[in-house]
Amino acid sequence: MTETAAGPLKRTPLHALHRELGARLVPFAGYEMPVQYPTGILAEHAQTRAAAGLFDVSHMGQVRLTARPGRSAAKALEALVPGDIAGLQPGQQRYTQFTNETGGILDDLMVTSTGDHLLLVLNAACKDADLAHLQKHLSSACEVEPMFSRGLLALQGPQAAQALARLAPPVATMKFMTGAYVVIDGIECYVTRSGYTGGDGFEISTPADAADTIARKLLAQPEVKPIGLGARDSLRLEAGLCLYGHDIDTTTTPIEAGLLWSIGKERRAQGGFPGATVIQKQIAEGAPRRRVGLLPDGKAIAREGAEIAIAGKVVGKVTSGGFAPTLGRAVAMGYVERARSANGTKVELVVRGKPVPAEIAAMPFVKHAYYRG
Amino acid sequence: MSVKYTNEHEWVRVEGDVGTIGITNYAQEQLGDVVFVEVPAVGRKVAKGESVAVVESVKAASDIYAPVSGEVVEANAALADSPGDVNAEPTGKGWFFKLRLSDKTELDGLMDEAAYDAFVKSLG
Repeated sequence: MTETAAGPLKRTPLHALHRELGARLVPFAGYEMPVQYPTGILAEHAQTRAAAGLFDVSHMGQVRLTARPGRSAAKALEALVPGDIAGLQPGQQRYTQFTNETGGILDDLMVTSTGDHLLLVLNAACKDADLAHLQKHLSSACEVEPMFSRGLLALQGPQAAQALARLAPPVATMKFMTGAYVVIDGIECYVTRSGYTGGDGFEISTPADAADTIARKLLAQPEVKPIGLGARDSLRLEAGLCLYGHDIDTTTTPIEAGLLWSIGKERRAQGGFPGATVIQKQIAEGAPRRRVGLLPDGKAIAREGAEIAIAGKVVGKVTSGGFAPTLGRAVAMGYVERARSANGTKVELVVRGKPVPAEIAAMPFVKHAYYRG
Repeated sequence: MSVKYTNEHEWVRVEGDVGTIGITNYAQEQLGDVVFVEVPAVGRKVAKGESVAVVESVKAASDIYAPVSGEVVEANAALADSPGDVNAEPTGKGWFFKLRLSDKTELDGLMDEAAYDAFVKSLG
């Protein structure tokens, strides 16, 4: 058994399937997770952009919030996040962040209202802390129910809808950022039309003991192949999406990170979430630094930690960088001083001690293709 | 002609006083898809153990060290357009650079094929 200092690695309900499929398994957020299958990351990335890919994201944390009599779970959650949760209609989903008193991000999460409760999806590395945070602040208003053993499958790509609709016809007409209880192969699952690749797709929350069966049903569809965390990272980077612990963390605010769009107008005005005064000030006056896209000249790859400089003066740091398979070139994102953050600004990325010319560029690097009906 | 191996998973194939250097099949499997290779300039003099080239996979960058000392006499320019050669033919088209060896006795400290195979097996 693989062990870390923190003890044995946990396994998702799909562990046996990963083994069967020849996955290369690596430790990730305390779990033994597939980084790639035998076809490799480039082929898996291309598969997801062209057809459909199935990801095991069961390591992520799922939590259900149910209001106590006379209380509102949405209103209660708004005390912890800047997103407009009370405004969610049944079946609507929203992206938001847990913030701290200085406006930094404790985690980013997805929230879906089913009408009578809220379903949260949290990052694996943060889920225990998030749960404690929720229990501490919301227990008087809500029942906070961790569902960490449930399966979570992400089916992503332009052919995801036709593949899933064969097993569950109602999903065909679901729109981006909506969710519904859907029966797949006789098993009730909660399906949202969302994901983290920038493309169309679904996340499917399953009972733990049904995850393997449903994954195999999906993999039996001609459009679908298994995809590991390696391609998940290159897909989300091309889509310009933040990775928690890298592009966002407790030292970055949602405004610096370019996530203002995720904060509803009323909440910007009214505040009432941790760090609101810092965030409201940044909304009004601008943040001291901004997350930007970076396109290096040539083929060298500037990875996380590389310095961003202008005429030899350091103006920021790369937070994610890699090869974008869809574009066949290197891309990166990082933070620079706001005065230097305009698209088209020429910068240098310091790669292994050498400055590589680069330009600040708009994100996403690959156009989003969400299904908006 | 002989082929020798390092415990950093480089191979060197020696013909006369010129050694061709690349990475082993085991190394390319561990790296995964190679997307960029930085090769050294011709004429550069390198010491045994010096970082001479860089191979970038989708996930990470790895240094390639000179298995022996010498002067770079040729670099594989084709890798700029087809870095995947490192995955497809690590001991063929996927070579990185050629060195004119300055001290052939350094080869004695490297592994032969049987020793390298045993070394890879020991890694599990």
